Amino acid sequence: MPPLKLAPLFLALSLPVHAGEIWVTNEKDDTISIIDTDTLEVVRTYETGERPRGITFSKDFSRVYICASDSDTVQVMDPETGKILHDLPSGEDPEQFVLHPDDRHLYIANEDDAITTVVDTETRKVVAQIDVGIEPEGMAVSPDGKIAITTSETTNMAHWIDTETQELFANTLVDSRPRHAEFAKEGTELWVSSEIGGTITVFDVATQAEKAKISFDVPNIHPDRVQPVGFEFTPGDTHAFVALGPSNHVAVVNGETFEVEEYILVGRRVWHMAFNADHSRLFTTNGVSGDVTVIDVGSRKPIKSIKVGRFPWGAAFRP
Amino acid sequence: MRLLAAICAFCAVANMASAEVAIRIAYLRVETSRPPTLSNLDPIPDDLGLAGARSGLKENATTGRFLGHLYELEEVIVSEGEDTLEAARTALASTSFILLDAPASTQKAIADLAEAEDAILFNTSSGNLSLRDSDCRVNLLHTIPSDVMRTDALVQFFVKKRWSDFVMISGTHSADKLYAAAMKRSLTKFGLELRAEKIWAFDADMRRNAAQEVPVFTQEFGDYDALIVADEVRDFGRYILYNTWEARPVAGSEGLTAVTWAPVVEQWGAAQLQTRFREEQERPMEPQDYAAWAAMRSIGEAVTRTNSSNPQTLRTYLLSDTFELAGFKGRPLTYRTWNGQLRQPIPIVHPRAMVAQAPLEGFLHQRNEMDSLGLDKPESQCKAFEE
Repeated sequence: MPPLKLAPLFLALSLPVHAGEIWVTNEKDDTISIIDTDTLEVVRTYETGERPRGITFSKDFSRVYICASDSDTVQVMDPETGKILHDLPSGEDPEQFVLHPDDRHLYIANEDDAITTVVDTETRKVVAQIDVGIEPEGMAVSPDGKIAITTSETTNMAHWIDTETQELFANTLVDSRPRHAEFAKEGTELWVSSEIGGTITVFDVATQAEKAKISFDVPNIHPDRVQPVGFEFTPGDTHAFVALGPSNHVAVVNGETFEVEEYILVGRRVWHMAFNADHSRLFTTNGVSGDVTVIDVGSRKPIKSIKVGRFPWGAAFRP
Repeated sequence: MRLLAAICAFCAVANMASAEVAIRIAYLRVETSRPPTLSNLDPIPDDLGLAGARSGLKENATTGRFLGHLYELEEVIVSEGEDTLEAARTALASTSFILLDAPASTQKAIADLAEAEDAILFNTSSGNLSLRDSDCRVNLLHTIPSDVMRTDALVQFFVKKRWSDFVMISGTHSADKLYAAAMKRSLTKFGLELRAEKIWAFDADMRRNAAQEVPVFTQEFGDYDALIVADEVRDFGRYILYNTWEARPVAGSEGLTAVTWAPVVEQWGAAQLQTRFREEQERPMEPQDYAAWAAMRSIGEAVTRTNSSNPQTLRTYLLSDTFELAGFKGRPLTYRTWNGQLRQPIPIVHPRAMVAQAPLEGFLHQRNEMDSLGLDKPESQCKAFEE
């Protein structure tokens, strides 16, 4: 029966060429769940240090960096084997970080210490520590690498760091409990989400002036529960997908008009997200329900929930 | 003022002349005698409340560093028998912002001082309902929840559990009586009632014989869904648990409690506040610490957003729609414009974990679900806040 034998081979060939994985940190399981972006199933689970949150890959994806908050370290893992290669000095309680475009320096928010730590991943040494506001969390670096941003949850500011001097050159107020920051449109805009304020503030990077403020109105949900946290842009920054925390929705925001076009129902207390290779699918971490929602980006519909570990938090894509 | 202990805390920030905005805040505590309790397992910290103010000051100062705002805390402790109003007048001569840790009647008297007319006072210690009702004062805001906010929270939990048959043991101290009254009011509000109440007036040492006395004392209640304990001075309540005739849950001042804050609150970033407080103050954060912290942070938030230290500007901002305090309780905290009470979720806890947080799901409100806790606008007899 030759035709039947050929069938599996045919299926394998028909898979999209951009197969990949979404790596999800499970804050209260001390593990990473790895989801295959084609089969939408957890294919591996790796152990990490205590309370893993922020996660990011090196440019060539040969290393994965993990904030192990309660172990007070950033772990460097070999993504092929799941083996921890070494720890980086990170300062206390690292929560989020961002890799500089030079692929070498990590900018780390030390939540309990009101400090941003800059670590050289090659020499494994702390290059600088910068005093910022209380409970730093959101981290971003401009595409040209010249500006780093730390947002502080209790001081309610975006702190602008000159990466040349490693010093603050501006501090701009945002609404309560800023959580996440991203540069957009080739580094001309900075977006900052405010969890308790319920808004995203858009800054003009050249002047650090507020350019727009985006608010959200999820039908039948009290505004207090609409708490923007993580967000990601589609290619060309035409749209942003914004996690709205305990409202259990993700908003789709138009990058030009700053208007909300759609709200998508996901799991409970949605935190962060990552796209697959061709940006056709979005994977959101849902802290309270302990799962990941897969959104079909084209139709803006949730298509699957994938059970992961306890309190999934960060997400990162790997081809 | 020889009897007054006024300490300049954080004198490092005392160089106020060079700042764009400098703001001094006083914390005024009136020492009161506490009734003796059967157990001394939980000593009351000497810096109760004050530690919360210090913690909040530090947070304000960090934000202020980036904005050219300087904050200073003056700590005023009035011992028993000293002239409280004189101490308040002295404090008011140098600041318009005072965090009060004092009995309700004293707070009212301070608010009525001519010197306090344009001041903003924060009640950080008294859950007395009348201060949010007919005895409210326009210059007195409340960061500590009223007793009724706490009992409403617990009763929402009873409703959710479909418990309907309640009995209560009440202590004899005035705080116990106020709590018992608040509990009855809350039961009525949510359509429940108290079937029986007994007064605890024993003078025995329960550490030795709770196992003998409590079963007999509770036997005549018969069966019930939950036993409520009104023991706000924490005298006998701890000996009721597991000693009742019927094996039923205990709630109220002991067992399942509805509180402003507790060490077991960890969600919504609370773990960070708890860690920060524990490291700085070397003990867990208690409800009164939270209330003082929230008052201090309210001032800080208002100064940050208005870039002003003018009491009138700050008051207008505090009571406006734009004010919101990130209070680590999962929702933005705001002030009720009809009586100055800080709206806040109320954790329902036992010593090892948070069981639920009120307002519970399903308790809806046309304005804000948090207004299902405590005196709502139509109920409050407070007129002072009406323009």
